[in-house]
Amino acid sequence: MKVSGWGRYPVLEATVHAPRSEHALREMIKSTPNLIARGNGRSYGDSAINRSATIQLRHFNRMIAFDSKTGQLVAESGVLLADIITAFLPRGWFPIVTPGTKFVTLGGMIAADVHGKNHHKDGSFEKCVDWIEIVDANGEVIRCSRHENVALWEWTIGGMGLTGVILRAAIRLRSVETGWIKQTTIPAQNLVAAMSVFEKSQDATYSVAWIDCLGTGEQLGRSLVMLGEHVKNANLGQKQANAPFDTNTERKLSIPLDFPSWSLNRFSIRAFNALYYWNGLRKPSEQIVDWDSYFYPLDAILGWNRIYGRKGFAQFQCVIPLEQSRAGLTELLEAISKAGAGSFLAVLKKFGKQESLFSFPMDGYTLALDFPINKTTLQLMEHLDGIAISHGGRFYLAKDSRMTAQTLRASDNRSADFATMREDSDLRNAFQSAQSERLDI
Amino acid sequence: MTKAPVLILGARSDIGKAIAHKFATLGHPIQLAARAVETLEPEKVDIELRHQIAVTLHEFDALAPGTHESFISELPALPCIAVSAIGFMGDQPVNEKNPAIAIEVMRSNFEGPANILGALANHFVVRGSGTLVGISSVAGERGRATNYIYGSAKAGFTAFLSGLRNRLTKLDVHVVTVLPGFVATQMTEGMDLPARLTAQPSEVADAIALAVEKKQNVIYVRPIWRFIMLIIRNIPEQIFKRMKI
Ligand SMILES: Cc1cc2nc3c(=O)[nH]c(=O)nc-3n(C[C@H](O)[C@H](O)[C@H](O)COP(=O)(O)OP(=O)(O)OC[C@H]3O[C@@H](n4cnc5c(N)ncnc54)[C@H](O)[C@@H]3O)c2cc1C
Ligand SMILES: NC(=O)c1ccc[n+]([C@@H]2O[C@H](COP(=O)([O-])OP(=O)(O)OC[C@H]3O[C@@H](n4cnc5c(N)ncnc54)[C@H](OP(=O)(O)O)[C@@H]3O)[C@@H](O)[C@H]2O)c1
Repeated sequence: MKVSGWGRYPVLEATVHAPRSEHALREMIKSTPNLIARGNGRSYGDSAINRSATIQLRHFNRMIAFDSKTGQLVAESGVLLADIITAFLPRGWFPIVTPGTKFVTLGGMIAADVHGKNHHKDGSFEKCVDWIEIVDANGEVIRCSRHENVALWEWTIGGMGLTGVILRAAIRLRSVETGWIKQTTIPAQNLVAAMSVFEKSQDATYSVAWIDCLGTGEQLGRSLVMLGEHVKNANLGQKQANAPFDTNTERKLSIPLDFPSWSLNRFSIRAFNALYYWNGLRKPSEQIVDWDSYFYPLDAILGWNRIYGRKGFAQFQCVIPLEQSRAGLTELLEAISKAGAGSFLAVLKKFGKQESLFSFPMDGYTLALDFPINKTTLQLMEHLDGIAISHGGRFYLAKDSRMTAQTLRASDNRSADFATMREDSDLRNAFQSAQSERLDI
Repeated sequence: MTKAPVLILGARSDIGKAIAHKFATLGHPIQLAARAVETLEPEKVDIELRHQIAVTLHEFDALAPGTHESFISELPALPCIAVSAIGFMGDQPVNEKNPAIAIEVMRSNFEGPANILGALANHFVVRGSGTLVGISSVAGERGRATNYIYGSAKAGFTAFLSGLRNRLTKLDVHVVTVLPGFVATQMTEGMDLPARLTAQPSEVADAIALAVEKKQNVIYVRPIWRFIMLIIRNIPEQIFKRMKI
């Protein structure tokens, strides 16, 4: 069948299996020459596609145990983050780290070692994982953690499914008093101002900025920085305090057809401008918002990826090390606004420190933006690759659908070690994705 | 206030599991009944964890009618709602040639589910309340060359449910007939089904919960199927017998 990631590019013909039992999964892994695990397909490109054998984990979606003292949840790897929140937020628990969509699986979050708006404080997803169980090429189940089979643990988190199939994991949730977030929106006239807001907001639990890519000159990097804190019960009004988790978020809108690609940008830039000028008093504004609108604004529009039209879209996401962030981001934003190639809004976020063998984040700033796929944007993205590399930057594999092997090697010297490790451990033949082939890792 | 339990017969099916989750979400304790029911232990744990209700497991074989009364009497409580997701489609060409399998298909889709729902009905009548839900199929609306052995058994089951409803309405027991079109489950895995006509198990579960609440009689899950079947039922036999459908 035809399979693609969230960006609907590339679309590949692949054989997909969805085993129903641990036994069937292990037998399949043992007897299949090479394969890749697939969670909910929310990575943008071809990370979760293997043409000859893509192994879908949707039947491994059971929760196994929860410890209400420590907040530790043990679950199968195909469990959706959305289901974890549905089950546990009413009991006062929320994910410690969450990406910008809740329609991802536990296995996908571990394999991409996802980050959230709190990376500067709480690190990547790895921080909340206690152990994982992974099926190796021989169909054996191996438990690994910070204390047990440590090498496999370190390579698997952020390893994009290329070390084996994650079967189960134990993660910790954070205790929260309510399902509400206090959001502070701070307008910043340009990139320098935005970066200084990030520097000053190191104590904020969550922080992220929207950048208007049309700004130039003095307005280059014009943005809205949004900080967030979990609201304490005592700070809710009486009515809300009686049902602190009842945020009533039944909002669903779906995009039925392929939209012409300009519509999302028109829409989002208008929303940005409205907000920016609404905040035009140039002082921070505060708002109490529900968790779903705060963390997952796009999830309300089911199938919004169709809004970019038939050809699909790609996301460019890089991180530039702290010392070079300002210069690198300036150059990237200049190139983007000069090209006027259809991405008008970008997301900027300051990461904290991170030590890992192959995960994406590093101490610095990450910039992410979507482009509809066409010749111009593909060329532009290659140009952006070069700028990021020249400032010591690297790229997020969960978003990549088009980078070349040379680009990866030039941007990330860890990739050679990763490839060597795969070669030495006989993993290279067993676990492959269209992406790992393209990137030669 | 604790709610009364919901019994799911054929609980290992994807549709059965989705129904269990749905009623658990609504706060009902769940009774899962299936053959080799111990294999449903992970489902029990999962449903209990997610929805904070109790789940019990009960060994049940629809093809052993002699055990049905004792099965009911051994349930920890008489359910307020009982759903049959039991079914067995087999493979039409095999069903045509192998009488033993054909008979198993007929019994699994008609005799077994009808017998257990009939037995439960008598208990519900004594209590004076309850809802019985039978998952039959649009395949029972008209026999087609490609699956008439399965379809004819479903037709029998649909007629049974209709008669049961007719008998029980005045006794305050409600009967829901579910005629799902295509559903993406283990039964249809690998078949090339048109996406617009194919429901997810969770849609079937939502539709059933709504039908129970609103006391609907016959539901098709995706409304378009009501229309499709109207047409299919009305094609003159003279034409129908030559059609490839
Ligand atoms: C709207 C949107 C917003 C996003 N926001 C963020 C964000 O803020 N931060 C962030 O970090 N990411 C973000 N992402 C990316 C997303 O979190 C990751 O791509 C994540 O990996 C997707 O999970 P999935 O279950 O859909 O995995 P898939 O896309 O199916 O797979 C992703 C990778 O994980 C591997 N994998 C999946 N399951 C297993 C398993 N059981 N065992 C081994 N390997 C496995 C696959 O092989 C593949 O390499 C966003 C994506 C979208 C669409
Ligand atoms: N999928 C569709 O497109 C579709 C369309 C219309 C109607 N339906 C109906 O929907 C219901 C659920 O089916 P499904 O699609 O979820 O497929 P399924 O997984 O094949 O479900 C059928 C279930 O019936 C059980 N069963 C069969 N014989 C039994 C017996 N003698 N005793 C106890 N249990 C028995 C099976 O249990 P075991 O696991 O023990 O075999 C299985 O769990 C069935 O009635 C089916 O006919 C399905």
